Amino acid sequence: MKYVILFLEFFKIGLLAIGGGMASLPFLHEMVQKYGWITEDELINMIAVSEATPGPIGTNVATYVGYTIGGVPGALIATLSEVAPSVLIITLLARWLPTWSKNKIVQGGFAAVRPAVAGLIGAVALGLARSEFLRVDGWQLGTLLQNVDWAGLGTGAVLFLLLQRYDWHPVLVIVGAAAVGIVLGL
Amino acid sequence: MTSLWDLFFTFARIGLFTFGGGYAMLPMIQREVVERKKWATEQQVLDYYALGQATPGIIAVNTATFLGYDRRGVIGGIVATLGMIFPSLVLIMTLATLIAQAQEVTVVQHAFRGIRIAVVVLIVHTVLKMARRTVTSVRGGVLFAAALVLISLAGISPAFVVIGAAALGAGYAAWTARRTPGVEGGDEA
Repeated sequence: MKYVILFLEFFKIGLLAIGGGMASLPFLHEMVQKYGWITEDELINMIAVSEATPGPIGTNVATYVGYTIGGVPGALIATLSEVAPSVLIITLLARWLPTWSKNKIVQGGFAAVRPAVAGLIGAVALGLARSEFLRVDGWQLGTLLQNVDWAGLGTGAVLFLLLQRYDWHPVLVIVGAAAVGIVLGL
Repeated sequence: MTSLWDLFFTFARIGLFTFGGGYAMLPMIQREVVERKKWATEQQVLDYYALGQATPGIIAVNTATFLGYDRRGVIGGIVATLGMIFPSLVLIMTLATLIAQAQEVTVVQHAFRGIRIAVVVLIVHTVLKMARRTVTSVRGGVLFAAALVLISLAGISPAFVVIGAAALGAGYAAWTARRTPGVEGGDEA
């Protein structure tokens, strides 16, 4: 049953995650909440390792999640199901795709999906920021300030600056953050 | 004729030597496929890359599928794709085992706490970058905000948001095409 769910979930991701590796994130986050096979923290760890390992981030995360949930068969099922929809679409429809992709209606569809996907990832970012920077679940506004993990939030602000302002490479940011985590004992 | 082994190993090499996927993979594909193997012209790779973005799935993998299909048909598309994901499979499974063991050590736990903060920051950074690129009109802004709110507060499945946005966008394009015939008619299929 686990393998059937893995197949269905990752096939869905391959079909609907449009716009790069991070676009699969909202679906993975939903999976974490729905099945509870892995925790939110584990998912974030997996994204970090996937980002710092060669290969497309999307397939790296699929392999990691699949392997953690179902061992080697789980890894194979998750990764292969994720690439299956596009392989099917491309090999079956290759002849028509160049024409279709120029069609105004198809372009309109994709143009609308892109900002929506950005919003979906934004929602994941908010959820993860809450669980990383607040010590409690939810947004209790009255006690918000007491529950903020200031060391974590400060580290995040510095990392954001390095990324946004000084254009650090993501892998460098991850390695730097690991060092900070050890030194500060976060 | 291009051998299937050659397809597999060429794309495995591309998968192995690129970090970050997507855009980062383009120069590596150019070097291997255009310059070394001469399987396609630079323009073809760019065209496939653009098509890969307009096809569901991982852009780098889609580009590989297109190029493999171009060389050896359906089988070529499948083999190139498998080549591209092969290094990920091996590397990640090895790392996953090692990391699971290392997690027992306190220092590693502290390191991962720092790393998780970095990942949250990287995701926020990605969202800002994507929003700047994709939210170019009021309609885009509404879609961005609607997706964010529907997922955060209403707990709606991302699948519905993606399908709903696609339907809205396609419907709107069809509607404007009808209102201004001849100007935005698309390719009247």
